[in-house]
Amino acid sequence: MKILVCISHVPDTTSKINFTENNSKFDNTGVQFVINPNDEFGLTRAMWFKEKQGANVTVANVGGPETEPTLRKALAIGADAAIRVNGVAIDGFYVAKQLAKVVQDGNYDLIIAGRESIDYNGGMVPGMIAGLIDANFINNCISLEIDGENATAIREIDGGKETVSTSLPLVIGGQKGLVEESDLRIPNMRGIMTARQKPLTVIEPLTTDAQSTSISFEKPAPKGAVKLVSPDNLDELINLLHNEAKVI
Amino acid sequence: MSVLVYTESENGTLKKVAFEVASYAKAVANQLGTTVTAIAINTNSTSELEKYGVDKVLSITNSSLDTFNAKSYAAAVKEAADKENSKVVVISSSINSKYLAPLLSVGLNAGYASNVVEAPISTAPFKVKRTAFTNKAFEITQIETEIKLIGVSKNAFGLIEENGSGAVEDFSPSIPELGITSKSINKASNKVSIADAEIVVSGGRGLKGPENWGIIEELADVLGAATACSKPVSDLGWRPHSEHVGQTGKPVASNLYIAIGISGAIQHLAGINASKVKVVINTDPEAPFFKAADYGVVGDAFEVVPQLIEKLKAFKAQE
Repeated sequence: MKILVCISHVPDTTSKINFTENNSKFDNTGVQFVINPNDEFGLTRAMWFKEKQGANVTVANVGGPETEPTLRKALAIGADAAIRVNGVAIDGFYVAKQLAKVVQDGNYDLIIAGRESIDYNGGMVPGMIAGLIDANFINNCISLEIDGENATAIREIDGGKETVSTSLPLVIGGQKGLVEESDLRIPNMRGIMTARQKPLTVIEPLTTDAQSTSISFEKPAPKGAVKLVSPDNLDELINLLHNEAKVI
Repeated sequence: MSVLVYTESENGTLKKVAFEVASYAKAVANQLGTTVTAIAINTNSTSELEKYGVDKVLSITNSSLDTFNAKSYAAAVKEAADKENSKVVVISSSINSKYLAPLLSVGLNAGYASNVVEAPISTAPFKVKRTAFTNKAFEITQIETEIKLIGVSKNAFGLIEENGSGAVEDFSPSIPELGITSKSINKASNKVSIADAEIVVSGGRGLKGPENWGIIEELADVLGAATACSKPVSDLGWRPHSEHVGQTGKPVASNLYIAIGISGAIQHLAGINASKVKVVINTDPEAPFFKAADYGVVGDAFEVVPQLIEKLKAFKAQE
């Protein structure tokens, strides 16, 4: 089985978010970048398939040379090869179009992407790849088993879970639950050394228009101070929630 | 040319979010000087949609659509958009709508903006405000394609009543081969889901163990709320992953979010930023959550919450 794991290079979850150039660009000063957490669950599941069932795992992203440490980390975790599409990830459609080309050229059976990246939160890429290559698609995937050409998955739905069956080629939008958080891997020294020898191929992007343009950013208005209520006066809290906030 | 809105229903009944996206579609239609057409799938009655500005309803009755399937639903919405020559398609931000959106976007060659929080800033060029960085910021996005697909954030736009004629027309789109077969659906029938909840009651490590969750559930019961938890709680296995709220868990955009025994890590706060009113109950007055909250009680959850439950019961009995 050939697996492609789509990796997004995103600010660490604890990052403070700031913008520069008249609020038109993300300010990456002092920001540490990591593998998008939703992708990391998928990468770990791909490692499980590789180790238990035999699979070849390639990771891919769309981005400049600055994103290579993130791909190298994925290689250190155990991926066999990496592909960087040397383009600027302008929007979700542009990224999906580039990755769909990678999928078609590489003839992958299973494509794992995170349900969304934690930076732009577009939630577009996995579904758009599936739409572009006409593959089966499961979003919000929290469990995946593969048996030959057949797949059984569980996806999260509002208020519960749905078990579905499908067949390869398959694209999933994965998330927490696909593997346990405790199963996520930290690269060890051997993995880091081995990763240096693994192929990281850089390919040039397709010429394609983006469907949307990021114009500017703004941060939420600063909040007023919290109104503290004494634990001995909870009637006051109910009064505030009823009469002032009007939420109960 | 009509603005098309996909209205979600459950067991034949329109969901509240259907009226919210209809309200949004009407606002866009007003800006464009056009009408609103809704698409309703296996919905018993669509008459209420006219209160939110819907002029026409394309009503689909098809047993193969009883269970949601992103591909078939996307195909149905695409065919409706083609038929109505819609240049703007409005959907919600439910899990299912976010599932069908990218397929629909590819099918319509429509630029998709998810998590949109306001009516368009302008329609030519078409600019919308959406949340990004898990609610730590907003992004102004310009959609460049002729057809625009807008995913409206829950509770962001609200319900706005405006008259529409609500005429119903039967519609029978062709449904493609699905590729995915639903085997079973496991849904807690008597529990409010986080996505649908107006109020969410959430517990953290301050609850000390899963055996103490009774007070969270009882408070949620009194308020008709959903229950949720912080990441450490789901990591410890005290509560299921599906209740984890935060950057890598579920985002919450409720009217009221009550955090009990949660200190307020940056990733948790990112997940609840879109909630309108936040209440925090914590023993530690230095907990970062107090900086993000509207109302706070510094106190022991095991003393405060049972009292709050009793007082809320009395308040509800009076109302």
